[in-house]
Amino acid sequence: MNTTDTNPALNPAGTTDMTADSTSGNAGGATAPPRLEVTALSKTYGSGANAKCVIEDLTFTVNTGEVVCIVGPSGVGKTTLLKCLAGLQPATSGTAAIDGRTIAGPPPEMALVFQDYSRSLMPWLTVRKNVRLPLRHLHLPTQEMNQRIDTALEAVGLAHAANQYPWQLSGGMQQRVAIARALAYRPEILIMDEPFASVDAQTRFELEDLCLKIREDFGMTILVVTHDIDEAVYLSDRVVVLGSKPARVLDVIGIDLPAPRDQISTRSLPEFAEQRTTVLSMIRKPA
Amino acid sequence: MNRKLINWGLGIGTPLLLVAAWWAVSQNSTNTFFPPLATILERFQALWLFDHFGSDVLLSLRNLALGYALATVIGVGLGFVTALVPVVRWALDPLIHFFRGIPPVALVPIFISLIGFGIEMRLVSIILAALFPTLIATVDGIRSVDPSLKDVSAVYRLTRTEKLAQVYLPAAGPQIAAGMQVSLQVAFIVMIASEMLGASQGIGAMTLLAQQSFMTSDMWAGILLLGVIGFGANMLFELAKNKVLAWYVGSRRLAKS
Repeated sequence: MNTTDTNPALNPAGTTDMTADSTSGNAGGATAPPRLEVTALSKTYGSGANAKCVIEDLTFTVNTGEVVCIVGPSGVGKTTLLKCLAGLQPATSGTAAIDGRTIAGPPPEMALVFQDYSRSLMPWLTVRKNVRLPLRHLHLPTQEMNQRIDTALEAVGLAHAANQYPWQLSGGMQQRVAIARALAYRPEILIMDEPFASVDAQTRFELEDLCLKIREDFGMTILVVTHDIDEAVYLSDRVVVLGSKPARVLDVIGIDLPAPRDQISTRSLPEFAEQRTTVLSMIRKPA
Repeated sequence: MNRKLINWGLGIGTPLLLVAAWWAVSQNSTNTFFPPLATILERFQALWLFDHFGSDVLLSLRNLALGYALATVIGVGLGFVTALVPVVRWALDPLIHFFRGIPPVALVPIFISLIGFGIEMRLVSIILAALFPTLIATVDGIRSVDPSLKDVSAVYRLTRTEKLAQVYLPAAGPQIAAGMQVSLQVAFIVMIASEMLGASQGIGAMTLLAQQSFMTSDMWAGILLLGVIGFGANMLFELAKNKVLAWYVGSRRLAKS
């Protein structure tokens, strides 16, 4: 990946090297070390009597090529967690690390699809120019840049709308533009914050399948935050269940459903219902 | 379509009708202060289109254009710095709000005594007065850039230049344009006032001179010319704004429908 040579945001400090060593030691060398590793992450806003602990002692990992969903009640602090992972906010304590390097600023190998698509696109740029914006400073050859944009727009089925403005498109289409922008950036890790929350059911199914297709086609590691349990079970290899106030990991549930997943057949499997029930009861359980 | 035609007809017809009414009512006027429109137009042609075009009209227009252009560049530039550099913001904020409270024309006497009666005085007056609406609008515009757009810029690691030119400037564009439109009006007012108060050349000076020498038709001709220039300048501004901010105009129209 051409982004690996420029990563001033990452601080390979001595302490994080130790963390990486100890984890690979724990794994016993049998499995690859986790791509994304969150260790005892806490986030507190304010201080003294007004301090509000939003996230407390979160620990989980995401392996290379995995799709992991984070589910939890609304208002649990999922967006705060993603902001810490994306390097937009510093954690109060604990670390988030990619390949053992602590995240101190937006990492070059990561892209984020925001929850509020209508506010994350530039209304003064056409769809094509929105997708192109993050690519300009990568100094790609013109041909490769155009090819990346075309491929991304085709992947989300928006090749025909390239010259329209985002505000001329429906909500689902706008969210697909945001996804296309992330795809063209070719991140190794894609994080999505309730990406399908405000689109209609049909579009949601399409976008979910698009998400799985991206993983197949581009080999991305994908982390999705959602409050929709069905969606989490359908998409994930593993589901991280969060409890609320403050957010903490209740359990990490491995989802053992056959691939490739299909909106109709996968969702009608008895295992699907079982897994769904497991996750749901975990969330509903009084803390 | 029909409705649109009627609206256009109203927009063009009403002024024409008023001019015709003025013409008819003033036709046989012997009132010194309200000469016949025909006489005013005659003087208009004689004064502005030939005699004083080079010496006065062009001079005024050049001052307006140059002063306004500099005010805009300085206003937007200073606005960016004020909005984005906390130290500058804390230092300049109270000052800006103090100066915005002073009516721009009230500054002209100070400039006359400080800089004199020359073209420099008029230019400096125009720049300083027209600066503030654009400056304040730019600061407000940049401060109200959506935080999600800032997050997007950070996540995709846009360079500083890209953030300024590709995100902040267009995002604040509609507000900056609104400020620039006010600046244009202020620049126009101060252009005339500075000529009336401290110059012997320019449209403002000529108009005041005509009034003081009881050449009422010449005075009216000057006022007419000022009206035409003001109208024209604003129309040019609107045209440019609608072109540059086509995305904004379009999205607003769509949101309303």
